[in-house]
Amino acid sequence: MQIPYTIEERPETGLNNSKLGIWVFLASEVMLFGGLFSAYVFLRLAAPEGDFAYWGSKLNVPLATLNTLVLISSSVTVIMSWASLKLKDFEKYKLYMGLTLLCATIFLVIKYFEYTSKFHHGYYPSSSNFMAIYFTLTGLHGLHIIGGMIVMTYFWLPAGNKLWHTDPEHFTNRIEIAGLYWHFVDLVWIFLFPILYLL
Amino acid sequence: MSSDQHHHEESFIQKYIFSVDHKTIGLQYGITSLLFLLFGFGLMMVMRWQLAYPETPVPIVGWLLGETGILLPEIYNSLGAMHGTIMIFLGVVPLAVGAFGNYMVPLQIGAPDMAFPRLNAASYWSYFIGGVIMLSSFFMPEGAARSGWTSYPPLSIFESGQTIWLIGMVFLITSSLLGSMNIIVTIVQLRAPGLSWWRLPLFVWTQFVTSFLLVLAFPPLEAAAILQLMDRVAHTSFFLPSGLVYAGATVDVAGSGSPLLWQHLFWFLAHPEVYVLILPAMGIVGEVLANNTRKPLWGYSSMVYASVFLGFMSFIVWAHHMFLTGMGTAMSAFFQTTTMIISIPSVVILTSFFISLWGGRIRFNTPMLFALSFLPMFGIGGLTGLPLGIGASDIHLHDTYYVIGHFHYVVAPGTIFALFAGIYYWFPKITGRKMSEALGKLHFWPSLIFMNGIFMPMFIQGLAGVSRRMYDGGEIYAHAQDVLQWNEFMSISAFLLGAAQVPFIINILISIFNGEKADRNPWQATTIEWSAPSPPVPHLNFEGDVEVYRGPYEYSVPDAETDFLPQTEK
Ligand code: HEM
Ligand SMILES: [Cu+2]
Repeated sequence: MQIPYTIEERPETGLNNSKLGIWVFLASEVMLFGGLFSAYVFLRLAAPEGDFAYWGSKLNVPLATLNTLVLISSSVTVIMSWASLKLKDFEKYKLYMGLTLLCATIFLVIKYFEYTSKFHHGYYPSSSNFMAIYFTLTGLHGLHIIGGMIVMTYFWLPAGNKLWHTDPEHFTNRIEIAGLYWHFVDLVWIFLFPILYLL
Repeated sequence: MSSDQHHHEESFIQKYIFSVDHKTIGLQYGITSLLFLLFGFGLMMVMRWQLAYPETPVPIVGWLLGETGILLPEIYNSLGAMHGTIMIFLGVVPLAVGAFGNYMVPLQIGAPDMAFPRLNAASYWSYFIGGVIMLSSFFMPEGAARSGWTSYPPLSIFESGQTIWLIGMVFLITSSLLGSMNIIVTIVQLRAPGLSWWRLPLFVWTQFVTSFLLVLAFPPLEAAAILQLMDRVAHTSFFLPSGLVYAGATVDVAGSGSPLLWQHLFWFLAHPEVYVLILPAMGIVGEVLANNTRKPLWGYSSMVYASVFLGFMSFIVWAHHMFLTGMGTAMSAFFQTTTMIISIPSVVILTSFFISLWGGRIRFNTPMLFALSFLPMFGIGGLTGLPLGIGASDIHLHDTYYVIGHFHYVVAPGTIFALFAGIYYWFPKITGRKMSEALGKLHFWPSLIFMNGIFMPMFIQGLAGVSRRMYDGGEIYAHAQDVLQWNEFMSISAFLLGAAQVPFIINILISIFNGEKADRNPWQATTIEWSAPSPPVPHLNFEGDVEVYRGPYEYSVPDAETDFLPQTEK
């Protein structure tokens, strides 16, 4: 049995099932990070004058700026990988997807150095409310990066991309969905960067 | 998503355990959640024993509670917290959305399955794991959570058992998110040709709104759970203010957090959750009423608008649970106003149901009896809520047994009765056999009487000022002395209510094998699920293509040959 509109779009909505599904999922993700952002605002307003700014100054802005650039590049490469599939160029797809995964790895490595340098200086989540929310938000964001990497690695490896050879349209759709998720994860970082590092 | 290998034999495990057929998954949800409801009810009976006969050994299960067989205060707190958690997150929501939503939504919209069958199975198993984690907490050295289902900090940060509760909740939340995403996509994408939005049965509409509430309200609770987990495990102080004293000593944390933050995040979920508990129930009642009055539902479109409006409003009333926290009069005034506004759509729905009865040729079968009694019971629950939504009267009533009485009228004789109605109504579709009417009535009448026997006196006690969550039921308070005698009456009602479920259990077990055979449309109903065989075809539901020609409730149409016109008939 085939579920209708798995690949082709339903005319009235202009969407296939997975596309609508990922939008609904992302809406719930917005609420998840939205909840944590409001916690940040709540705690910041309640904190003693200057407390958040003081602890915020302990973070490494140049490294985070570099990380922002890395993530933005990965957003570009993930679009390119999807576009390559649309142009039926499977080798290019492999290249761009590989680059995306590389960027994601670089991001995590830089994040790792940031974390360890904090621990090295004796800054832990329990040090202050700022550090607590910093580690919670970036940690959760990091988990989202890892989740995305797992999915994209699967589609990069032969086990996942053999669908291309049997049903290219379906495979292209999956990459599009993965890309939408990846853009969202980038977008979260674009919010995190200023509120944690710059404000 | 699916396989093309449809006609091969499925192994037992594929068919019954890791099935991706929405009907099997719906049944798995149904059976698991009914067992959890029974278990959560059992916990409550132990608590009611303590309240009626303080510090005497509990019969039958006493040996589980230690040598004396007496329920100890810490365990009382655990049982209370777990009763609330289990009833809501492992009982009613999985039954209303997981079981009924899963089984009936695809059938009622003429679809072969849910949009994402494998995600559907994942959602059930995530629920199952969450349930196992919750249950296992009783056997952990720390014991089960004991900070109430609301888990208010600071207490919840220090009390034992809470970590495992939080981990269990993460699984339950994930399950709900996956399930409700699936329902939304299914309803938008998989409606059969001709089934426009205004031809959807009320039940589908309520599932649609419910799923939006779950998708949008649960994540903030997940966020809150993560923060609480950090407070417990990484010793952060999101919810702990500076200079907090616990057990006689100042707590050594960074401080400057806020317990109110938890309450805001928690109730941002937990108020919409109330509508998650009630909307599917209203949907079921709508189906049963239309079918057994043999009339179209009166005000169908206003009820749809009311449900959608209810959904929106339920996101901006949460702080009516926090009038007593000192959050300020401006906040109180705002949330008091929104609360009064949100009562309007509920009244619209209830009124439409009542008017729908007018002039109907009512068939008093078991599903109808349960659906009919939903109306006054939910009415009592709703009306008693108004004084809680007004800041001034809430000062007196907050955290008393009045609150317990109020919301139980909504969820127990309200939602649970509607769910019973749904089980009796759709049982023939699911099994191909009808349930016994005699046993059904033997289930209904005592349940109705004893439900009221338990919850009505709670209003009396609450108005007298008896607090909830009290191990001794209020014995040490002078102001409670005049109303304490009700405790025994309520507890006996609770035990008899338990006994009244025996005919129900017997009925299910007997009817599966020996019930009167039912054809595909035993209730002469109009909606689409009744044009599928009973039980529906595995993995397909319908034998051929489904096409829809008319609205959901065309009963007693003038000049028609029968008193019902199925949606799938030209
Ligand atoms: C029909 C059987 C039921 C009975 C006899 C019953 C009885 C009670 C009683 C006496 C309490 C108050 C305990 C205390 O404050 O010490 C309570 C609490 C509660 N019940 Fe029920 N209940 C029933 C069904 C339900 C259902 C169906 C739900 C939810 C869908 C539910 C949700 C709750 C919640 C959330 C609490 C508050 C727990 C807390 O204090 O944290 N109950 N119940
Ligand atoms: Cu509320």
